[in-house]
Amino acid sequence: MGQIKTYQEINTKLKRGEAVVLTAEEVSKLAKKASPEEVAEKVDVVTTATFGAMCSSGAIINFGHASPPIRMEKIRLNGVPCYEGLAAVDSYIGATACDPENPEYGGAHVIQDLLEGKDVVLEAWGKGTDCYPRKYIKTTININAINELILFNPRNAYQNYNVAVNTTDKMIYTYMGTLLSGMRNATYSTSGELSPLLNDPEFRTIGVGTRIFLCGAQGFVVWPGTQFNTTKPKNEYGVPVSNAATIAVMGNLKEMSSEYIQAAYFEKYGVSMFVGIGIPIPVLDADMAKRVSINNSQIKTSVLDYGTAGTPRLGQVTYEELRSGFIKVKGKKIRTASVSSLSKARKIADELKKMLLKGEFEISQPVQMFPKNTSLNSLEEKEVDHD
Amino acid sequence: MIKKRYILNFPPQSGDKPLSYHLVKDYDIRINILKAEVYPGKRGSLLLELQGKEVNIRKGIEYLKSHHIVCEPLDKRIRFQEDKCIDCGNCTAVCFAGALTMDPETWKLNFDKGKCVVCELCITACPLKLFEIDFR
Repeated sequence: MGQIKTYQEINTKLKRGEAVVLTAEEVSKLAKKASPEEVAEKVDVVTTATFGAMCSSGAIINFGHASPPIRMEKIRLNGVPCYEGLAAVDSYIGATACDPENPEYGGAHVIQDLLEGKDVVLEAWGKGTDCYPRKYIKTTININAINELILFNPRNAYQNYNVAVNTTDKMIYTYMGTLLSGMRNATYSTSGELSPLLNDPEFRTIGVGTRIFLCGAQGFVVWPGTQFNTTKPKNEYGVPVSNAATIAVMGNLKEMSSEYIQAAYFEKYGVSMFVGIGIPIPVLDADMAKRVSINNSQIKTSVLDYGTAGTPRLGQVTYEELRSGFIKVKGKKIRTASVSSLSKARKIADELKKMLLKGEFEISQPVQMFPKNTSLNSLEEKEVDHD
Repeated sequence: MIKKRYILNFPPQSGDKPLSYHLVKDYDIRINILKAEVYPGKRGSLLLELQGKEVNIRKGIEYLKSHHIVCEPLDKRIRFQEDKCIDCGNCTAVCFAGALTMDPETWKLNFDKGKCVVCELCITACPLKLFEIDFR
């Protein structure tokens, strides 16, 4: 299967306004009537998107120096602890960070407040040094007053994710939502055929340096995400049947929109952040056409029991079944619910499509491909000497 | 015939009257108690579905009010900040009454307040805390 289009050719077409761009849902529909070769011939770029809670997210902040200066060794933003081990006035605020006294307001809420232009109280302490004599500062900051505000999310956009159920007789509260007892509901979080990493499962076009739609701005894939796993079992259509690969992403928060970032609090779990990501996938050849044409009936995922230690696997279902409102697990009909926003994901895919068609968004070839054959380690518990 | 849900709040002194009997017998209303919290000597709350002729339901409500019972349509007691909703679906996972559902085409949230049974699970299930129900 020879390459029929290059990145450069596609970008030239995009600039001239001659490119054909479809969303991943549109191309899946088209593929029901057209062969991969025909899809590759017709379509240049396919837009994919997701809008879900992604806990491994956060922001790098540079506060600027006060006079006299302080080496910030303990930092709070609206009471939420921020990382203090980065020079004098650099910090990182994790989306899930919070003051245990106020668990419903966390790092994600601080990021959203900053993004919405609100004032946020900065409090910092230092021991006082010859070059940074100050020991304490309390002031307010906002998005315009600080130097950099960079979204840096180490693990986003999971390639597929489990369905959560609860077989116990007690309701449980999880990051997959509230799970009723006795398997009376099942929750899932992937945008299915629209999901970015399910449309390029072999990472032929997504890699380090891929330009993406990140919360309304143009950001980048900067690395494989943490827990990047390429060796999870795949089905006959070449997509993993459980959570597998991830991406690390970065972008200028000052250019983003609170339309595509949303702080969240999950009952008895904690704070998280909904992140909106869109990835354009160039249809380089018939193989990529076949990949992006995948539909919900061809994507399977595993049903796990979140109520039992070790989350045992109870079955496998397709996204077509999940979207129908009911799945069957162990002979029981269970009502399903999505816990990520498909309507927002569609909005992002459409938004990205418009940007591409207007010639405002250049697609980029990865400068480094992702690793192959990666798997995960568990945390081993070893004897530690106490002396 | 219409069907409508009301939240009733009883002052401590109203707990001893057979009000539902009078609603049935005097006003020909079919009643369905969907939720009740009654603490003798204190305020009590009831979620009631009334089915009957519109005029009878109106008279029945007037009768309840004449006994110092606060009577309000259920939808007036539910507050949902729809403009802030991101249509994530977390509330639909717990709403076994079927009041909160996703539109199968647009995947936007539909809220049919008339189906609410005041289980209050959506209040904690919503990650944005957009629901408030004033039952008590």
